[in-house]
Amino acid sequence: MIRGAAVKIDNWLKDNTFHHSTFSDLADLVREKEKQNLKISLCIPTLNEERTIAKEIILFHSELMVRYPLIDEIAIIDSGSSDNTISVAKSFGAETYLASDILPHLPPKKGKGENLWKAIYQLDGDIIVYIDADIKNIHPRFAYGLLAPLIYREEIKYVKAFYDRPLAFSEGIRPSGGGRVTEILIRPLFSLFFPELSAIIQPLSGEYAVRREVLEELHFPIGYGVETAHIIDVYSKYGLAAFAQTDLDQRVHRNQETRSLGKMAFGILQTFFGRLQTLNLISDLPELSTVLRQFQVHDKDFEAINMTIVEEERPPMLSIPEYLTKRGIKKND
Amino acid sequence: MDKKLARILDSLPNIEAMIRDMRDIILTNIVMIGEIPAPTYKEDNLRDFVLNRLNQDNLINCSTDESGNALGILPGKSGKKNILVVSHLDSVFEEEENNTLSIQPDYILGRGLSDNIVSLAATISLPFILDQLKIQLKSNLIIMGTSRSLGPGDLEGIRFFLKNTKLNISNGISVEGVKLGDLSYSSIGMARCEINCWVPEEYDWTKFGAVGSIVTMNELINRIQEIPIPNKPRTNIILSSISGGRGFSSIPLDATLRFEIRSESGEMVDNLQKQIMDIAQEVSSHSGSKVETKVMAKRKPGGISFSHPLASSAREIHKKLGIKSRITPNIAELSAFIDKNIPSVAIGITKTAKQSSSLEKVEIEPLYKGIAQLVGLIMAIDTGCCSEN
Repeated sequence: MIRGAAVKIDNWLKDNTFHHSTFSDLADLVREKEKQNLKISLCIPTLNEERTIAKEIILFHSELMVRYPLIDEIAIIDSGSSDNTISVAKSFGAETYLASDILPHLPPKKGKGENLWKAIYQLDGDIIVYIDADIKNIHPRFAYGLLAPLIYREEIKYVKAFYDRPLAFSEGIRPSGGGRVTEILIRPLFSLFFPELSAIIQPLSGEYAVRREVLEELHFPIGYGVETAHIIDVYSKYGLAAFAQTDLDQRVHRNQETRSLGKMAFGILQTFFGRLQTLNLISDLPELSTVLRQFQVHDKDFEAINMTIVEEERPPMLSIPEYLTKRGIKKND
Repeated sequence: MDKKLARILDSLPNIEAMIRDMRDIILTNIVMIGEIPAPTYKEDNLRDFVLNRLNQDNLINCSTDESGNALGILPGKSGKKNILVVSHLDSVFEEEENNTLSIQPDYILGRGLSDNIVSLAATISLPFILDQLKIQLKSNLIIMGTSRSLGPGDLEGIRFFLKNTKLNISNGISVEGVKLGDLSYSSIGMARCEINCWVPEEYDWTKFGAVGSIVTMNELINRIQEIPIPNKPRTNIILSSISGGRGFSSIPLDATLRFEIRSESGEMVDNLQKQIMDIAQEVSSHSGSKVETKVMAKRKPGGISFSHPLASSAREIHKKLGIKSRITPNIAELSAFIDKNIPSVAIGITKTAKQSSSLEKVEIEPLYKGIAQLVGLIMAIDTGCCSEN
């Protein structure tokens, strides 16, 4: 069993792990996209990203819409930025939406997952590629590197980004991994419960491309657990073969403080345990606390900082009547 | 005024407006060029990007050469003339430095924007811009990112190309980042030198006045400052950088001074260079320090006259676009054209402001005027307005 998983992981790594440079022939990629009559949407979820959003819009628009018509629409879906994110994005011609204005009759929820989920309703693409807005070294490869495996390989449904080029290394073998939360939380958990998924090098990366038919049937945690939930749910339904991952070289972004990573880990754990219960991999779980306790020191006094983090989830978009109407889907389809 | 030039001038406001609509294409080239490290002698990745871009825009003969230049040709209807537009590839920043740029609605922020990201981006955007403007030239337009231009590179790329090309280059345009309005059609004489001073191992530290390399270098600088500099021909000596020593408590064993001698007269440059070398030898002989002078680069003065049609057309283009011309001599790519007697100009493309020691802020709006000026100049050369005969 263990050996079987290892072989499967090796084969998957060989067949479904790519480097973006493999897909640099954009003219060919566009030809293939047009042959399949695919429509592709780019969603950039934002919250106070005025410093980086303009560059993302300009690069994707000029390279992947004007020069090579790979992407059909670019949309900014904002959580309610208090800075100039929206006006900057508009000044560079992007379609901008406030997440709360999409499906406005639903009780509003705040979180990146909410923006990603509402993008499924708002955007028209057969494939949606999600790219975070805080990438300082944004490049067209961040989009085409993720889209290409879906365009060239019909059986692939979900493509994750990973970033694997250190500035310098001295020998042929080097450690390859994700961020701190991935390496001390997610990969150990996957190794315990879903060993095959441990081969996804950066399961928490915010950049991924997914087919609509997969997205519309996924539950969406609105907070930190959205990427973890996606991976487990897609894996449970389609298996490892539905995934691919693309090395996008370096990603320059702002680093998070350890305390913020603690909040992230707490949210992810809620989602993870929820999935374990749903899949009957664990039972008799007590009611879990939703309060994260962190501490800070004033001189010699320790002060507790309690934070309530509840990982709410949106249901699959296919259960939303307005979505079915908009897409012309009958309930029994 | 030449009727053809008048027609070109009349079209410039519309050209500027249309270039404004191509903002994303130009800004994207700025970002993508700016984020590829290209220190002198390590321009390979940027060269490949430029070649790829020229290929994408359907230029022919997209190729590199032994010197690492990147070039492509936009073929003209007749192809009787060849206009060469150049901008250098290399920058002063090392590979490992953070090269990310930031874009805001009105400006771009980053390193090396004026030297030479913005001008290279404008240069390689030309084929796309001309296509959108539906301008088809009679002449061949050669677009080139030149290699090994800065510092020790000493214009190696452009010199190599001009020495070895089989193409007959009728005119050259050197596109530079700053400053919009700068217009150069002559090169001044220049010698770029480095003086290294070091204390030999056998130095007698018991000797009276043993003080190490920095004091020796200081004496050298004082002596250079005492050299009389004439007002005519206009001449100056720029002491541009100095380094030396190791810390607070140790006697410095080495020091380096870099400087440039600039003059409208080549003879004056040679005289001053010789005087400084003599001073260096004299200081070396009585201080006990070793002093060595190296000439890193030299330029000969020359160029076209104020009344040459190329220079006057460039000024008319500035006037029409509301750009105030500043006539300045140039010691960069333009001097390589001048050495080959090719009528040429160097123009600045935008305005920058320093944000910190290495960060620059470039306003986006003046770029459109800067590029319109470049397009107008190419059109003027192409239609024969800039030829003396």
